[in-house]
Amino acid sequence: MTSPKHGPVIVTAVLFIVLFGVGGGLYEGFFSAQVLANLLVDNAFLLVLAVGMTFVILSGGIDLSVGAVMALSTVIAARLLQAGVGPAVTIVAVLAVASVLGLLVGGMIQHFGVQPFIATLAAMFLARGLCYVIAPQSISIDDPFFTTVASLQIPVWADVTVSPGAVIAVLVVLAAFLVLRATRFGRTVYALGGAESSSLLMGLAVNRTKIAVYVISGFCSGLAGILFSFYTLSGYSLTAIGAELDAIAAVVIGGTLLTGGYGFVLGSALGVLVLGTIQTIITFQGTLSSWWTRIFIGALLLVFIVLQKLLTTRRT
Amino acid sequence: MSRLLRSRLIWPVAVLLVLLVINVSVVPGFLTVTVRDGHLFGSLVDIARNGAPTLIIAVAMTLVIATRGIDLSVGAVGAIAGALTCSIIIDAPDPGSPATVAAAIGISLVLALALGLWNGALVAALGLQPIVATLILMTAGRGVAMLITEGQIVTVNSPAFKVIGSGFLLGVPVPVLIAVAVVVLAAVLTRRTALGLLIESVGINPEASRQAGIRSRGLVIGVYVACALAAALAGLVLTSNQTAADANNTGLFIELDAILAVVIGGTSLAGGRYSLAGTVVGALVIQTLVTTVYTVGIPPIVTMIFKAAVITAVCLLQSPATTATLARWRRSLRGSPPAGAAPPPPSTPLVQGSGAKVALR
Repeated sequence: MTSPKHGPVIVTAVLFIVLFGVGGGLYEGFFSAQVLANLLVDNAFLLVLAVGMTFVILSGGIDLSVGAVMALSTVIAARLLQAGVGPAVTIVAVLAVASVLGLLVGGMIQHFGVQPFIATLAAMFLARGLCYVIAPQSISIDDPFFTTVASLQIPVWADVTVSPGAVIAVLVVLAAFLVLRATRFGRTVYALGGAESSSLLMGLAVNRTKIAVYVISGFCSGLAGILFSFYTLSGYSLTAIGAELDAIAAVVIGGTLLTGGYGFVLGSALGVLVLGTIQTIITFQGTLSSWWTRIFIGALLLVFIVLQKLLTTRRT
Repeated sequence: MSRLLRSRLIWPVAVLLVLLVINVSVVPGFLTVTVRDGHLFGSLVDIARNGAPTLIIAVAMTLVIATRGIDLSVGAVGAIAGALTCSIIIDAPDPGSPATVAAAIGISLVLALALGLWNGALVAALGLQPIVATLILMTAGRGVAMLITEGQIVTVNSPAFKVIGSGFLLGVPVPVLIAVAVVVLAAVLTRRTALGLLIESVGINPEASRQAGIRSRGLVIGVYVACALAAALAGLVLTSNQTAADANNTGLFIELDAILAVVIGGTSLAGGRYSLAGTVVGALVIQTLVTTVYTVGIPPIVTMIFKAAVITAVCLLQSPATTATLARWRRSLRGSPPAGAAPPPPSTPLVQGSGAKVALR
C-alpha cells in the first residue's frame, strides 16, 4: 500500500469503487452494468489517448499534442471519406499521418534535444492549424462502413451492450499492458524513465525507444480520432480541446509518476474510468453544472500528485 | 559581454525584421504611425497593443523559467481575474464609477496573489515539478472561472473598465503603457538590484544557492506570485477589450504564446539564464507574425501553423546538435586554408556570431 509502485493504483481502484458506490447510493438506475459499460463506450477515445500518454510519461516525457492530433485525425478521416476514399484506406492513412507526426516529434526530441514539452507544443499548433486548413467547418460522415460501425451494438452480458469502439479501446489497453510487462521494449521504457543516463550506460536502445514512445502516442491519437469519428460520425477541428489534459490527468490519477519510471497502463485505464464516473454522477445529478467536472479533476489531480510525492519521498 | 548579448538576440531580431519587411512590401504604408484626435494610430501601434497581454505574461514567465520553472496556469488565472472583475462590476450599484472598477480590480489582484502563492507553495514547499504543480490550476482554473460567471459570458458596460483595454493615455494605448510598466518594473527590480542574479542562481542550482544563503524558497514563491499577478493584468486587458468575461475563451492558449515568446527570446527552458529584452522581442515577433498573416491575406486561423514553424525553427537553431554542427563546420572552414575551394557560406555573419559565442564560453 505504501510503495510508490502499487499504492496509487490501489487508491485509484478504491476511489473508483467508492465513486461508483456513491453514485449507486444517490441515484436510481446508476448501479447497473449498462452504466458501467457506457463508461467504456463514452470514454473509448480517452482510454486510447491515455494508453499512448502512459508510454510517453513512463519514459519521462510528455505529449501535449494528443488532443490536436486526434482532432486532425477526425478531420482527415471525414475529408477523405467525403472525397470518396474507401474506409480501409482512410483508416490506414489517418493512422499513418498520426504516427509520422509522432515520429517527427520523437526525432526532434531525441536528435535535437528539444524539450518534449516544446516539441509536442509545436506539434499541437501544427495539428490544430492543419485541421482548420483542411476543414474550417464540421464535416459529417455518411460512409456506410462508418455508419454501420457507429450503430453496431455488441452484446457482452445479458442485455448489456458496448460499441465496437469500446472493444477496440479495451484491446488496446490489453495490448499495451502486455507490451509494457512482457517485452524488452516495455522494460526499456521503464528504464528510460527511471534514469536515462543509466539506461544509456547499460547499452539499452535509448534512442530508438525514445522515438518509439512518441510514435506510439501519435498512433494512439490517430486511433482515438477514428474511434471518435465512429462515435460522433463527423470530423471537426475544434474537437478534443483540452483532451491532452484529461489524458495526463487520467495517467496521473492512475498512479503513473510524471517524472517517469513508475506506473501501469491498467492504472491509467482506471483513471479514465474515475474521470468518466465523475462525469456520469454529474450528469445523473442534473443540477450540478459541467464545469464542476474540471474542478473535481483538478482536485483529484492535486490529491494524487501529493500522494505520490509523499510515497516517493518516504522511499528515498 | 554586450557582443555576447547581441549575438543571442540576433536571431529573434532578424526574424522580426524579416516579418516587418514582408509587411512593408505588401502594404507600403505599414510603418507609418499617425496621430488622430491626439491618439496614435497605425499598424505598429496595433501590434504593440494586441501583443501587450502576451508580453505582460511573458515578462513574468521569463522570471519563472529562469528559476527552472514553468507556469501553465496563466491563461486560467487571467480568465478567473477577468470573470471576478466583471462579476463584481456588474453586481455593483454603480458599474460605471471608477471607484467600483478600482475595487473590483483590487479584489481580483488579491485573488491572483493568492493563486500565485498556491502555485509557488506547491513548487517550493511541496517540491512538485512546476509543470505538474501548475497543471492543477490550469485544469481546475477554467472551472473556477465558470463558477464565478455561473457559466455565462458576463458582458460589462462600464466606461471606466473599458479604459484598460481600449483607452488612451497621452495618445498611447493603455495596454501598451501597462506592458511597458511591467517590463520596466521587472527590469529595474532584477537588473538594478541583486534579485536577477539570485533568481539565476536558484535556476542554476537551487540546493547550492540555498547553502550559499539565498532564500530560494521565498524567491521561487515570489516569481509565481509575480506571474499570477501579470496573468491577472493580462486577463483584465483582454476582458476589457472584449467588454465581456468569457470563462472558456479568455486567454485560451496564452500560456503557450507566452512560453513561446520567452523561448524565441533566447531564454533557456533549463533555467539559470534569461533575457528580458529577448522576451520583449519574442512577444513582438509573435504578434507581428499574426499581423503578417493577416496582411498577406492568409486565413488568420492558419496562424497556428506558422507559430509551429517558428517554434520548431528556433528550437532546432538553438539545439546543442545544431550548435555543435555549426561549430564543427566553422572549425573545418578554418582548418582548410584554401577557402576558395569551399562554397561561400550563405549566412557568414550568423555563423561567425555563433563561433564567437562558442569561443567566449
